[in-house]
Amino acid sequence: MVKYKKQIRIALRNCGFINPENVDEYIVREGYAALGNALTNMTPEEVIDVIKNSGLRGRGGGGFPTGLKWELTRKVDADQKYVVCNADEGDPGAFMDRSILEGDPHTVLEAMAINGYCTGASKGLIYIRAEYPLAIKRLKIAIDQAREYGLLGEDIFGTNFSFDVELRYGAGAFVCGEETALIHSMEGLRGEPTVKPPFPSESGYKGMPTNVNNVETYANIPVILLKGADWFSSIGTEKSKGTKVFALAGKVNNVGLIEVPMGTTLREVIFDIGGGIKDGKKFKAVQTGGPSGGCLTENHLDISIDYDNLIASGSMMGSGGMIVMDEDDCMVSMAKFYLDFTVEESCGKCSPCRIGNKRLYEMLDTITQGKGTLEDLSKLRNLANVVKDTSLCGLGQTSPNPVLSTMDNFLDEYMAHVKDGKCPSGQCKALMSYIINADACVGCTLCARVCPVDAISGEKKMAHLIDDDACIKCGACMDKCKFGAIFIQ
Amino acid sequence: MAKVKSLSDLNKMREELQSKMNLREKGEHPDSIVQIKVSMATCGIASGAKEIMDYMINELDNRAIDAVITQTGCMGYCYAEPTIEVTLPDNKPIVFGYVDTKKAQEIIEVYIQTGKLVDGIIPVNYETVNNE
Ligand SMILES: Cc1cc2nc3c(=O)[nH]c(=O)nc-3n(C[C@H](O)[C@H](O)[C@H](O)COP(=O)(O)O)c2cc1C
Ligand code: FES
Repeated sequence: MVKYKKQIRIALRNCGFINPENVDEYIVREGYAALGNALTNMTPEEVIDVIKNSGLRGRGGGGFPTGLKWELTRKVDADQKYVVCNADEGDPGAFMDRSILEGDPHTVLEAMAINGYCTGASKGLIYIRAEYPLAIKRLKIAIDQAREYGLLGEDIFGTNFSFDVELRYGAGAFVCGEETALIHSMEGLRGEPTVKPPFPSESGYKGMPTNVNNVETYANIPVILLKGADWFSSIGTEKSKGTKVFALAGKVNNVGLIEVPMGTTLREVIFDIGGGIKDGKKFKAVQTGGPSGGCLTENHLDISIDYDNLIASGSMMGSGGMIVMDEDDCMVSMAKFYLDFTVEESCGKCSPCRIGNKRLYEMLDTITQGKGTLEDLSKLRNLANVVKDTSLCGLGQTSPNPVLSTMDNFLDEYMAHVKDGKCPSGQCKALMSYIINADACVGCTLCARVCPVDAISGEKKMAHLIDDDACIKCGACMDKCKFGAIFIQ
Repeated sequence: MAKVKSLSDLNKMREELQSKMNLREKGEHPDSIVQIKVSMATCGIASGAKEIMDYMINELDNRAIDAVITQTGCMGYCYAEPTIEVTLPDNKPIVFGYVDTKKAQEIIEVYIQTGKLVDGIIPVNYETVNNE
């Protein structure tokens, strides 16, 4: 077992340590001390300066400097402002925000109150998907307990500052994680994005200045205030400070929730912390940034993870999903999987995203069926770029990334599908055939009896034959054959 | 419940809670007690953490072992769920993974009752800001 500690827990500092349903345990670990100190001993400008100097950037995907966002919201004059926590977390395979909310809900409440103090807002809203019932339950308990102690409500810490938090439920649409769509959804309108500017910091919820931050971004705030900007900015790389939480999933041994300093390499994450690839298989690629991101390969394993390096390598940080793929994964199918997701989740407001992604999906489908041509490949790349350049919101602007990055890194796999009609990793069912080795087959008829579509014929004690056109590639025959006579080509 | 009306209120409250906790952890103190945390985030519950928690509560009760058993959030070892953390008085916390009822019984009989380690320990592979 690897002994050295590659992980530092800042956002996850209390997850797995405290009982999330007991505010006392949060208080023992210095909970609400940052809020108390900010309200009692600091001006809002001083707090914002600490956040700015810490170098914290948004963990929801964009990486926008958090202190600057707070300052922008503060500077707008308005009677009412809002603090919003984005807990939509729509990336397939991602569960960072859910874990924070389930394990340490008070940290988010505390940070939102600090934000309210800085921006001049007295109302906080957490937009959370209804598919997170446990997180919702624990947040409700946390809000009740904080109100009981007077840590939310009127006159907090005896300082005249008032702040309260309410929950808003999303129906689990990916696009509602985009901040303008999220705000419209909270207003009771369709969850569709609108063009920025105006940014939410100028005109957001109900037309009022609104500060939207991600769950993990908030989870960093109390620690930064307690330990100082210098401490935080000493961790990480030049332009990406602190740590990042990743949901490590896919073909690694140690699937789990990890938090590493910015600047850690992918190799350390996958092989040291993740314990390497399952079943001793070979690493092929890792997808970061979910459906908006790209895949990174063997060649990228030693780059250090930060916002800028990942973009320079053709992917992005995203919110922290990290899916590892091995030699058995087909990269064309992977791109198709994400496009399938995007087509489902596109809100349909703009045509490049609504129609373009559907066409991209169809092309990928044709290729995985072995019916693609070289011309399709150039059309695919072309259209991907058009969708990227012309879509209204971040969803369509990034959805072609999985296609483009797999084409950049694994063009040979696309070529194999198109030119040779072969799927090198043997995943595309349409491109493989189950074949009976006539020399090994003893004619026991087991395979013919188990085949659900009667695609196997042959006399007893004679070699059998699979009709490839009728075969649905279910593999039942191969599982059943006691003589190892059936193989895939 | 008392309201926190100022920063010094909060500090006082933390100190009181802290000293109560410290007593539990000290072996020679009469209030010392075995502390068990069960990782009960969505991932843990899906792997059966609730059953383990109920089982341990019952088993500890039957054996008249004084222990506090609480739920906590995700410890990060999703691959090894259900995971539990056991702290014996005067000892460092130890995390066990892949805990089923058989393992839970072994942990109680061997580790908690005799102090001898059993298989299934997950080495802690991170630092936290609180315990530097
Ligand atoms: C399609 C799409 C989905 C998004 N989903 C999320 C999400 O689930 N959670 C999130 O925090 N941000 C999401 N974002 C980013 C938000 O628009 C916004 O930038 C973020 O909440 C700002 O918070 P931060 O600065 O703390 O990262 C998404 C953006 C797009 C374009
Ligand atoms: S139909 Fe061919 S393997 Fe089952």
